[in-house]
Amino acid sequence: MSDLKQELKEKIITQLNLEDIAIDEIADNDPLFGDGLGLDSIDALELIVMLDKDYGIKLTDPKEGKKIFESIEVMANYITTHRTK
Amino acid sequence: MEKVFINSIGSISAQKTFDNKVFLEEITTYEDNVIPAIEPNYKDFIPPAAARRMAKGIKMGVVAAKIAMEEANLSNVDAIITGTGMGCVRDSEKFVTAILDNQEQFLTPTSFIQSTHNTVAGQIALGIGCKGYNFTYVHSSISFESALIDALMQLQTKEAENILVGGVDESGEHTNTIHKLIQHIKLEKINTNKLLQSNTEGAVFGEGANFFVLSNNKQNSCYAQILGVKTFNTLPISKLTANLEGFLKDNNLSVDDIDVLISGNNGDLNFDNYYLELTQGLFNNTQQVYYKHLSGEFNTASSFGFWLGAKILKTQHIPSEIALNSIKSKGFGTVLLYNQYRGKNHSFTLLRQC
Repeated sequence: MSDLKQELKEKIITQLNLEDIAIDEIADNDPLFGDGLGLDSIDALELIVMLDKDYGIKLTDPKEGKKIFESIEVMANYITTHRTK
Repeated sequence: MEKVFINSIGSISAQKTFDNKVFLEEITTYEDNVIPAIEPNYKDFIPPAAARRMAKGIKMGVVAAKIAMEEANLSNVDAIITGTGMGCVRDSEKFVTAILDNQEQFLTPTSFIQSTHNTVAGQIALGIGCKGYNFTYVHSSISFESALIDALMQLQTKEAENILVGGVDESGEHTNTIHKLIQHIKLEKINTNKLLQSNTEGAVFGEGANFFVLSNNKQNSCYAQILGVKTFNTLPISKLTANLEGFLKDNNLSVDDIDVLISGNNGDLNFDNYYLELTQGLFNNTQQVYYKHLSGEFNTASSFGFWLGAKILKTQHIPSEIALNSIKSKGFGTVLLYNQYRGKNHSFTLLRQC
């Protein structure tokens, strides 16, 4: 699980071009949107594509993303349970 | 009709041109066939959260525009008009490559959203909160001049007071590969100081962004007055001289009134003869300068020539590195720019000391 969290942090930094943020600056329970990392709706779309491409998880309802992308901890739990690859 | 002045400039190019206080004091020479723009520290100009989705062309355009706005001491303008030949080509390459690599699946939105030709003008408008006229011309190597003509008409007829005009193009890796294959880029790497002696096909490609605040009110920061701009999609070499004389006549000028000719020579064996027609003909006794060994060739490289003309008129100085002949004018009152790319899309631009 901790490997997956590390992997998610690396992917988020790379794919969302968060070049000023280091991996250790993202705590597992930090909110990804709003006051935390400050991600926005375009980032949410990028994360939905990432779930599909890298973990085989298709989100049919975009509203689900709001809960799933709450934090690295929540994302990692969801991926562990639902991943198909 | 109202006069139109260049009240400020902002330039990012293959030279250190982003500091308006200096004028080519330090020339960077390259040994290559594609040369990159020297970038300022973008964090000094764009918040990291906004910059993270911007490709190089957008950052160059936004920062060059910001430098020009600051020098003009303006927080907003009536219109933003840009010219670009290839638009945000890096993001275009990125999303098209993603389509191919992922069998048309898993397409992410960012590069697609940012890949349009009018992204730069849009981002500038968002940054300064400009809700006025916003237009981007995509007319190959007269893209910048087309933007200029639009701004001139609006300012001459007092439809606007201050307009931000710019030319911007970024280098794209895949696009450059294609241009090398068809020899529009020179096959060999070349010392840019020896560009005009290369005697080979193609040009050295470059990139950059040059922005200007144009106004019908002359400010203390004024660089030059724009007298006229004319473009031609096609112009046979046999008609070049006559058309240029006609352009000068339309502006009540003759060859003797031109103090400096800024020529767009790019060292392409097949197409520099257009420039030679003027430099060895009509303007044989006129001081001549060139600039594409400094900027590289790109669709809006002539905006760097326009920057150069504005700088020459304001500083009354010509760096020795851009001299095309040994003739020296007594002063620099009127400057003529001529540019074309591969024998098409010609432009004449006239600037006067203000």
